[in-house]
Amino acid sequence: MALQSLDIQARSATTTPMPGVRGTLDVAKLIDISKCIGCKACQVACMQWNDLHGEIGHNLGSYQNPQDLNDTTWTLMRFFEVEPEPNRLEWLIRKDGCMHCADPGCLASCPAPGAIVQYSNGIVDFHQENCIGCGYCITGCPFDIPRLSKTDEKVYKCTLCSDRVSVGLEPACVKTCPTGAITFGSKTDMIDHAEERVTDLKERGFAHAGLYDPAGVGGTHVMYVLQHADQPELYGLPRDPAISPLVEIWKGVTKPLAIATMALVGFASLFHYVTKGPNAVSKEIEKEEEEA
Amino acid sequence: MRRDPRDLIRYTAGQRANHWIVGISFILLGMSGLALFHPAFYPFSLLFGGGTWTRILHPIFGVIMGLAFILMVIRFTKHNLMRRVDWQWIGRVGEMVNGIDEGMPAQGKYNGGQKLMFWLLLLCMLLLIPTGIILWRAYFDFPVELVRWAAVIHSATAVVMICLIFVHVYAAIWVTGTVRAMWYGTVTRAWAKQHHRTWFEEVTRR
Ligand code: HEM
Ligand code: SF4
Repeated sequence: MALQSLDIQARSATTTPMPGVRGTLDVAKLIDISKCIGCKACQVACMQWNDLHGEIGHNLGSYQNPQDLNDTTWTLMRFFEVEPEPNRLEWLIRKDGCMHCADPGCLASCPAPGAIVQYSNGIVDFHQENCIGCGYCITGCPFDIPRLSKTDEKVYKCTLCSDRVSVGLEPACVKTCPTGAITFGSKTDMIDHAEERVTDLKERGFAHAGLYDPAGVGGTHVMYVLQHADQPELYGLPRDPAISPLVEIWKGVTKPLAIATMALVGFASLFHYVTKGPNAVSKEIEKEEEEA
Repeated sequence: MRRDPRDLIRYTAGQRANHWIVGISFILLGMSGLALFHPAFYPFSLLFGGGTWTRILHPIFGVIMGLAFILMVIRFTKHNLMRRVDWQWIGRVGEMVNGIDEGMPAQGKYNGGQKLMFWLLLLCMLLLIPTGIILWRAYFDFPVELVRWAAVIHSATAVVMICLIFVHVYAAIWVTGTVRAMWYGTVTRAWAKQHHRTWFEEVTRR
């Protein structure tokens, strides 16, 4: 979604600085899993606001539908039946979608200038008109979020409703949530709010309640309050997400070094010719052969 | 075409066509790959009709080059088996680089450096083809950790291969009288005698 009303602070495949003079607020969405009842109103609101019409699927014995995120499902309620401790069944429901990392692996991996941007408020957005459909962002993402569409070979994911946020509205999912499990505001306010919720949950017997704002990706602009923050795997969340070291090697300093090496070999050839001259057939052998 | 009836035939038309298909696909692959490699090269994508076309075409060029390369390997492997004199030649490559190669061991159809180049390029292709297929998201969906490995290996190997090809092309230009072997397939006797004396003796004995 191209939006000129939000400042861009990082842009894929761009090596020069972005405009950075204006100081804007970091925003965040806080999803309190302890308050979520799994009604999927947010999932519906997302599809409605973004004009997404997914295929009608099948019931496979779980409320989770569709089974996975896809190009027309940018947020998905995931249902987990787990036993955090023996003989204590819990039904955990997590709203999955883009985490809007402060240090986004997708953006670092994308080869197309301006196909992925990060606004100064922290939202990471895909500009599909610049996307070439290579899928490198999928390779770079630590949360397995972007989905390559079979319809147009572009990649899609949650925009954090950048179009709504740019005009001062909260994301569609936040607006629609009937229990107040999803809140939206400045990142600091959301952290404060999360702390209150964590204190409350601890009083109610969830000793390991906590905030999921993983530092390995620089923190995220979508955060969770988890009842069992010591076991994020229960919710299908990675424990210490970070950009994979392989992606760092692939996209890091090795690239300029590789370019320098190629340039060196090219110039070495040129200067070899200039200093040593061509390796021509010797006049002597030429003569021998003419006379033979 | 034999400009001089005494010229020696080095490549048949089929071999030359095969080599040109590989060479042209390599240039297209290198440019389209580099466009995706670093933003400094993104403008190369304009040569292919934009970024999306570059992404679509690169793997297709890859398949063409892969097939043509395999055919070349089948044709040329027997001439590129490393012998003791090849290693001796490689050990003294400094003399060659200095352009004072008269005293170097006599060489067959290919010298040690060319043979080593053949094997290194084959190794590069054996790494590029499977990793390229793993990266091909339009048709394949491999586990993400595998794709990450493939991305590292594919891009690193591509850089090595581009450097090798710079050396290959430069060597052909530097040694005057060589490029014509790829244009019309013949070389002069003097050229053969100077650079590939053993081969020269073999083909002139008959
Ligand atoms: C042999 C068969 C090959 C196949 C099937 C193949 C396929 C691919 C694919 C699928 C990609 C990802 C981008 C895309 O979707 O277009 C890619 C990237 C790339 N390829 Fe290839 N390729 C092959 C050969 C080569 C060769 C010979 C070179 C070297 C000249 C090369 C250089 C590159 C480079 C530099 C990249 C970008 C890597 C990066 O972004 O870091 N490829 N290739
Ligand atoms: S698929 Fe599109 S957004 Fe993702 S890395 Fe490729 S060009 Fe960038």
